[in-house]
Amino acid sequence: MGFPHPSHPKETVVLSKHFGDAGARSYQGWVERGGYVGLRQALGMTPDEVTNAVKESGLRGRGGAGFPTGLKWSFMPKNSGKSHYLVCNADESEPGTFKDREIMRWTPHALIEGCAIASYAIGAETCYIYIRGEFTEPLRIMQDAVAEAYANGALGGNVLGSGKRIEMVLHRGAGAYICGEETGLMNSLEGKRGNPRIKPPFPAQAGVFGMPTTVNNVETLAAVPHIIVRGAAWHKGLVLGNPKSTGTKLISVCGHVQRPGNYEITLGFPMKELIFDLAGGMREGRTLKAVIPGGSSVPIMNAAEVEDCPTDYENIQAHGSMLGSGGMIVMDDSTDMVYQIWRLARFYAHESCAQCTQCREGTAWTTKVLERILAGKGKPEDLDLLLDLSENMTGKTICVLSDSCAAPVVSGIQKFKSEFEAYISKARKPAMVGV
Amino acid sequence: MSEHLAQLHGQKRGRSGGHAAPHEPIFVDATRAELEQLFTRYPTKAACLLPALWIVQRLRGWISEPAMGEVADVLGLTPAYVKGVVTFYTMYHTHPVGRHFIQVCTTSPCGLCGAEDTLRALLEATGCRELGATSPDGRFTVSEVECLGACGFPTPIMVDDDFIESVTPDRIGEILKRYA
Repeated sequence: MGFPHPSHPKETVVLSKHFGDAGARSYQGWVERGGYVGLRQALGMTPDEVTNAVKESGLRGRGGAGFPTGLKWSFMPKNSGKSHYLVCNADESEPGTFKDREIMRWTPHALIEGCAIASYAIGAETCYIYIRGEFTEPLRIMQDAVAEAYANGALGGNVLGSGKRIEMVLHRGAGAYICGEETGLMNSLEGKRGNPRIKPPFPAQAGVFGMPTTVNNVETLAAVPHIIVRGAAWHKGLVLGNPKSTGTKLISVCGHVQRPGNYEITLGFPMKELIFDLAGGMREGRTLKAVIPGGSSVPIMNAAEVEDCPTDYENIQAHGSMLGSGGMIVMDDSTDMVYQIWRLARFYAHESCAQCTQCREGTAWTTKVLERILAGKGKPEDLDLLLDLSENMTGKTICVLSDSCAAPVVSGIQKFKSEFEAYISKARKPAMVGV
Repeated sequence: MSEHLAQLHGQKRGRSGGHAAPHEPIFVDATRAELEQLFTRYPTKAACLLPALWIVQRLRGWISEPAMGEVADVLGLTPAYVKGVVTFYTMYHTHPVGRHFIQVCTTSPCGLCGAEDTLRALLEATGCRELGATSPDGRFTVSEVECLGACGFPTPIMVDDDFIESVTPDRIGEILKRYA
């Protein structure tokens, strides 16, 4: 449901069913709402059967990359003799995204159950949940829920009487966007600076503490118990667009809409209806100008591209952007696109871990050039300079942070060029002084 | 470190820092036990670094260089390594801050919805005036923060560990009253 708003009839409410229902937070409350049935069922299957069910369901990573979850689990070695780890990425920090926060705040046991099932499937006895440092309330709620899960035997040395051991540790981050990148997260968990690692080796070969590791997003893991209970076929049947995009997705709609919130849709749901119907459309007297559909790291879409775009992985890509994390930033006709793109560039410049030259220099340089344009001191060749910089920042670094900075810049210049030119030609009053 | 060298360091600190108090050990008694408990949750001691730094900040309000040295000591790391980690993360304070630390999200989604007005109003109402500065009465420090992950509730702010949603300039007076 579109928490904090009531559920909209066009939503497909699965993960968000109990948002706003504080009774669902306790172990007993969760059991009364059908909780821990999936874990019990999974423990009666073989780990491979669990992995195959998730494979067949078509579930894909909800953190941003959209990688098939069951396939990722199947990369974990068998009988390696090493400790295996599940790491839950609860570092939600992609601007525009605020769905994992609500999952943890309202349905902490959904996440614990999903983590336990995944741990069982990949042969992990320890699951670390890495929660961003700023999420103080979700952390408190998760701490209580984990303690209750231990007290009720859903975690610990004998999970629900199965003889299986699954330990769960909540690990608090300390403020760094890059720790949402899975290898940066693993370094942070090991007590290091959150610098991303070069891949390969991939986490399934050598992940956290050098051991085979699977990293999954909160929303991905919370979806797993439903797949076990209702079956892979049920999940696979939740399709409105491309058949490769199955299940429901929480879309965090924010920015210039009447009813910002998390809306749960069947993948393939029309983006226009999502914005104008579910989220209530634009503010009074305003029209849609642009949408960043997948968190701030994806290309900007203009209103025409939104018009006929189904909200799923393939269709958004065909419309020039990406579903990403499902953090949808909506901008109306009052928006100064140059200023907003500058603000995004500043974000990436601030969050660059500074390992790679292209990113360290590129994000800062991009920000400075945009500042110059906003101050009315831009040169006609600045747009080409920005595009050249962006090209050098794409596909050339250890992680995709610099690509993420380039995405709004390139798409912004392509789709809203006249706004940049207005600043450069001084037709528009400078938005910044003292640069 | 030999006793003689330790004395020299003490004198040096005395000269440059004026009245710098000697470092009171943090990881003793109950806090030591808390650390020992952390050791059981990770396969390496180094992995306890972020949690250990959170303990320091909870007890001391910020993380001084001698505190970094102590953390390095108890975890078998070097002070330089610990400093490298502390300075990577924005939430660890490497200098004292006001009694209440306020973080205001101004990243794009909140920026679209008036976060900069909220930030300006907070700087004014607290008396901090400048980002990162502490108010003359020592009560507040105000800082900008990148995306707090609550974009549907602009503008979210954090006061210490309290997460407050939907802050607009007109709500600031009422909110600040809660923090003496």
